Amino acid sequence: MSVHEQFADDLALYALGCLEGDERAALEKHLEECASCRRELEQLRGDAALLALSASGPRPPARSQARLMEAIAKEPRGLGSVAKASGARWWAVWGWAAAVAMIVVAAMVWNQNAKLKSSIAELQGLSEQQRFELEHARHVVDTLTAQDVQRVDVMQVGAKQPPPQGKAIYSRQNNGLIFVASNLLPLPAQKAYELWIIPTKGAPIPAGVFKPDAHGGAMVINPPIPAGVEAKAFAITIEPEAGSTTPTMPIVMLGG
Amino acid sequence: MAQLYTRYSAVVYAVALRVLADTAAAEDVLQEIFMQLWRNPGAFDAGRGNLAPWLAVITRNRAVDSLRKRRPQTDILETTLSVEPDLAGDADRGRAMEKVRAALTEMPAAQRSSLEMAYFQGYSHSEISHKTGEPLGTIKTRIRTGLMLLRKAVETR
Repeated sequence: MSVHEQFADDLALYALGCLEGDERAALEKHLEECASCRRELEQLRGDAALLALSASGPRPPARSQARLMEAIAKEPRGLGSVAKASGARWWAVWGWAAAVAMIVVAAMVWNQNAKLKSSIAELQGLSEQQRFELEHARHVVDTLTAQDVQRVDVMQVGAKQPPPQGKAIYSRQNNGLIFVASNLLPLPAQKAYELWIIPTKGAPIPAGVFKPDAHGGAMVINPPIPAGVEAKAFAITIEPEAGSTTPTMPIVMLGG
Repeated sequence: MAQLYTRYSAVVYAVALRVLADTAAAEDVLQEIFMQLWRNPGAFDAGRGNLAPWLAVITRNRAVDSLRKRRPQTDILETTLSVEPDLAGDADRGRAMEKVRAALTEMPAAQRSSLEMAYFQGYSHSEISHKTGEPLGTIKTRIRTGLMLLRKAVETR
């Protein structure tokens, strides 16, 4: 035993709960610092338990059990009055409440997550479709506006060179206008062709200024025009390069 | 709870009666101990094996408090036995107790008396010295060596 000898006897008394006064205080102070004496104290408490167990006698009367069961029936388990245990039980209640809350929240999050996943999948599908359409449209525009674009009129073999002509493709609903011209005559200096929408009601609406290339070809794609215009015809005039707000006569090309 | 009572009520009642020497008072302590267990199911671990040593100690403490007419000195939740007698079952406990009782019978009467006055009657060492007329040092040594004899008796079984 590596217990400090001066405390050996006091440890035994302390284990039995019969050490008092200054000696008790001195031992408790020593125990704070001495692990070997703490171990011996625990051993002595085990020895004291043997002493307690040595007690023998008659069994408790039957009325004791009946009295206990009656008291238990009146006091549901877990609702006692011991403050320390009461605190523990409340934590247990809060623990269950927290667990239930977690399950509810988890279910809500799962449900929301499923909806979000569905929305994301839907948006991804829509986005993919739009991306495809955009690429298709961009490819069309890129071809039409490429620097090396060749605009060739394919005609009956042996036919004469066709006159200047153009084709206007207009959608009122989409507010879109594409105009493609060929065989246009060269322009005087500082002049340009201007496309006009002739509406069913009101004055002609300017729809873009353009100059033909070396082969007489030209194109106008979706010029800025008012929405919802009902077109009766399309016309071309020759205007200053900056364009005009009203057509300058004469109309050199007309269709409708 | 009924099973716990069947198995351990005899230990609790015996310790309480040993301390209090009064059946009604012992029944009160018995009731109090088992109600504490009922109210604090987490106070003991059913898987720890034999609860008898721990129950005997907390019963002794509560009974001595009652005998000395003082407020409970310790909560049963704070009473622990980190080194318990190696009593795996009730049969082991029975054999060990035979050894302990034999050791108590064999030790000098003055030594046994000092142990019992300290543990079962809750006297302080100075009170024992005053009642017996023996020097304090003698009382201390008797108590320590008495406990050692009990330990040795169980270890050599």
